[in-house]
Amino acid sequence: MFEAFVCLVQRDLTIAARRQSDVLTALLFFIIVISLFPLGVGTERQVLTKLGPGVIWVAALLSSMLALEHLFVNDHADGTLEQILLTPQPLLILVLAKITAHWLLTGLPLVLIVPIVGLQYGLPAQALGIAVISIAIGSPVLSLVGAIGAALTLGLRGGGVLLSLLVLPLYIPILIYGAGAISAGFFGMDAASPYLTLLGAFLLLALVLAPLATAAALRISME
Amino acid sequence: MLHLDHITCSRGQRQLFNSIDLKIDSGTLIHVQGTNGSGKTTLLRAIAGLLHPDTGSIFWDGKNIRGIYEDYCREMLYLGHLDGIKADLTGLENLRIAATLHGNKITENQEIEIFSLMGLGGLEELPCRVLSQGQKRRVALARLFAAKARLWIMDEPFVGLDAVIIPSLLQLIKSQVAKGGIVVLTTHQEVTLTAGTIQRLRLGEIPNFV
Repeated sequence: MFEAFVCLVQRDLTIAARRQSDVLTALLFFIIVISLFPLGVGTERQVLTKLGPGVIWVAALLSSMLALEHLFVNDHADGTLEQILLTPQPLLILVLAKITAHWLLTGLPLVLIVPIVGLQYGLPAQALGIAVISIAIGSPVLSLVGAIGAALTLGLRGGGVLLSLLVLPLYIPILIYGAGAISAGFFGMDAASPYLTLLGAFLLLALVLAPLATAAALRISME
Repeated sequence: MLHLDHITCSRGQRQLFNSIDLKIDSGTLIHVQGTNGSGKTTLLRAIAGLLHPDTGSIFWDGKNIRGIYEDYCREMLYLGHLDGIKADLTGLENLRIAATLHGNKITENQEIEIFSLMGLGGLEELPCRVLSQGQKRRVALARLFAAKARLWIMDEPFVGLDAVIIPSLLQLIKSQVAKGGIVVLTTHQEVTLTAGTIQRLRLGEIPNFV
């Protein structure tokens, strides 16, 4: 079971390494959106520190959604998803492996790049640190929740639009608490920790429920 | 042993087949025949558990496959219209992944042997993207060795294969039946057996154009 998990994660990482454009798109999108705001609204420090937390999280949300479409579509098109569903492994584990690989490719790069792009907003070091933590906790939730939508819209024409409509409402709490955590981060870790705890709760909840829902949705989309 | 217990499938409003009741013993080949659109693929997908029949159930060794799906998957191999291989991975990687996910370990020597059996010797390390359609199909067929399955479900396995490999595949199917396995396949090709029994299942009627 564990072997299957590792095997599938490795498979997706290998494919991504050979097809880098898919991975870089999400990351570049994130960097570009965040970098455009200071150019558009001016470089006044007060405005930027106020906008920063929200912009960082909105960009993370959109870039995560951009990448979601690829989660199952390629596997669906070449028939490997069918084969994955027909293996004697618990589907939950396989779905979790797909989501893990997806997060490693699209979520983790955001976590690593946030402290650098966040500098453009003049965020203090403390707030930058909390931005990293909040993205680190929040982005897996985005991948997990998004996977449900990706599985549900599999095989539909114009699934991309439907996917955004389905998933965005579920993303809103993450946006609110994520951006809230960074804003509160200006006043220290103590002020931010309630937000981070809530994000952690979302992560646990998503970790338990999202693979179940995704697995069920995949079975339905195969019919 | 596989038992199709009065299964009925429909697509939209149209009923494809009604109440198929079939007990299939080990050492049997089921040759599903029928015109295009008569529901051959649907039947095969239903047997593989990829779709629920409208009514009826499928039993494997006396147990409903819904209840023992993971164990059933261990004993079953499904080859569909799609090859189910990743174009960016090499043939060898594809085979290894299929084997690992099926819970089997195959050694490097076995891998090489399988590839030469499939006439893919020397192509193991190439990404499947650069292989021809027929060669990709052969990589997909290599899965037959990777999973030690008793039940093979094959949807048009001969499509895209050349005259050299077809007899070897037929031989493989024969030996699977002779070993006491079950093969369910659709093909427009004539299939004969040297051991075991062969049953022909005709689906659908000739469409009425009146």
